[in-house]
Amino acid sequence: MAVAGSAVLAMMILASVLAGWIAPQDPYDLAVLRLEDSFKPPGPPFLLGADSQGRDIFSAILYGLRVSLFVGLASTVLSLFMGVLAGLASGYFGRPLDTLVMRVADVQLSLPVFLIALVIMAVWGQGVLNIIVAISVANWVYYARTARGMVLAEKERDYVQAARAEGQSALSVMFTEIAPNIMAPVIVIATVRIANAILLEATLSFLGLGVPITRPSLGSLISRGYEVLFSGYWWMSVFPGVALMVLVLSINLMGDRLRDVLNPRLKR
Amino acid sequence: MPIYLANRVFHALLVLLAVSFIVFFIMYKAGDPVELLLPPDATQKQVEDLRAHLGLDRPFHVQYAAFLRNALGGDVGRSYIYNQSALEVVLERLPATLELASAAMILAVALGIPLGMLASLRPRSWSSRFIMFFSLAGISVPTFWTGMILILVFAVQTGLLPSSGRADVGLFGSFFTLQGLRYLILPAATLCLFQLALVLRLTRSGMMEVLLQDYIKLARAKGLPERAVLMVHALKNTLIPVITIIGIQFGELIAYTIVTETIFAWPGTGKLIIDSIQNLDRPVVLAYLMTVAVIFVGINLVVDVVYTFVDPRVRVH
Repeated sequence: MAVAGSAVLAMMILASVLAGWIAPQDPYDLAVLRLEDSFKPPGPPFLLGADSQGRDIFSAILYGLRVSLFVGLASTVLSLFMGVLAGLASGYFGRPLDTLVMRVADVQLSLPVFLIALVIMAVWGQGVLNIIVAISVANWVYYARTARGMVLAEKERDYVQAARAEGQSALSVMFTEIAPNIMAPVIVIATVRIANAILLEATLSFLGLGVPITRPSLGSLISRGYEVLFSGYWWMSVFPGVALMVLVLSINLMGDRLRDVLNPRLKR
Repeated sequence: MPIYLANRVFHALLVLLAVSFIVFFIMYKAGDPVELLLPPDATQKQVEDLRAHLGLDRPFHVQYAAFLRNALGGDVGRSYIYNQSALEVVLERLPATLELASAAMILAVALGIPLGMLASLRPRSWSSRFIMFFSLAGISVPTFWTGMILILVFAVQTGLLPSSGRADVGLFGSFFTLQGLRYLILPAATLCLFQLALVLRLTRSGMMEVLLQDYIKLARAKGLPERAVLMVHALKNTLIPVITIIGIQFGELIAYTIVTETIFAWPGTGKLIIDSIQNLDRPVVLAYLMTVAVIFVGINLVVDVVYTFVDPRVRVH
């Protein structure tokens, strides 16, 4: 199952990267659109139907995949970076930095992640960079907490003491000795959060608080479908949603298998 | 134990204070509602008058201090749009949201725990694999899309259930009347799907770990009937982390009602906050965020306390 998942994921990533070449139509080239094509149901030449302005849904999905993947990946990497950095510093240097960071984390954890991202986007406005930062800010805490816990444990280990005795600077010890050893659980968290990040971006874009309408992600496509939901043009809502679901599902499949393999408590 | 409680309460209050500050700061920076409230041809004098009237021309710390002082008395400002106390505006709509959220949570727990247990008993059977796949799909779909699909299937194509709104029943009435339930079921099902899948997976993985433990082997060796082994020993230990997660997730659930309410036009706080954000109705946004923070912090506090009762290991520290 996981193998199938990885294969599907790889295919989707490839498809989104090559969108420019394989998409039958460039949905953002205004010159290509014809209003008389609007709302055509699935059938040649519109594989998955057309939207209110004659855009091919299949092409729009390919380009939308790109945005969704990009935002999801970028925000996960950024929040991982931010979180691990904070966790490393917090765990290694101890108080008062530790107390400060953990208090901030506590406050942030007292609010739902979705709400935090929503408020940030509401204040800041739409934009690809905005949403990447918003999602990262909403998510860094999970990495920070785990990293800090690991650092506290590793700090007392022999190899760290040895490195310090050798005269290595704190920064050097942190990054070259400790960091590689704490990455495993952090990666596990990332595999969970990346799916979350993609869904978060989709939800925010659906509400109009995500990527701008000029670079629609799958969430924005679905929101356009919502507007015409009751008129029976179901293909505008269903297909982008299926694409999103398949994307996240394959990520989760892979992540699941990875976690099962890495979980020491399930081994007899 | 009382010290621990006092500690947690103090901690909770600290968090609320910090949240109020951050929230206030953000909204302060967010934009000037005065511009939106007046017609475009208002004179500069009118703009300044309104600003002074709303107290928006005072320096930041003065506004924040006033905000705190009033907040402690239950007054978080007047809504610019509704011309009512902002807190009132939020609290009026809160029961509808709580109704929806609790319906979703009940569904998620009532279905998730048994299914998770089932899936843990024979992990390689077809039924277990099917359940697991379904749960994986459940956490892979965005809430808003589930809602749309349900609307498509049940309302647009078949007309079985209403697609939006809430029955005109009283407080929490949706649970007790057939009409109410008809309107409640689709949004509740939408909202619960993610949580159901989550609870299911947690229960399953928890059970699988617990079933490998020595005390289970002991219980079986003692000759206890399998049902007792499972329900009493295994389940109790599995539920400890699951309860914590459920508590935390309830807060996220309330946040996600924002999406569900928007899709189903459910008259709760979710719809309110989206509109208020767009209208820059600062007091209402503040009131909403503070209310959610209080609810969330309150739930965490309750979960902490329940945890100490349920898991004796915690009391030792």
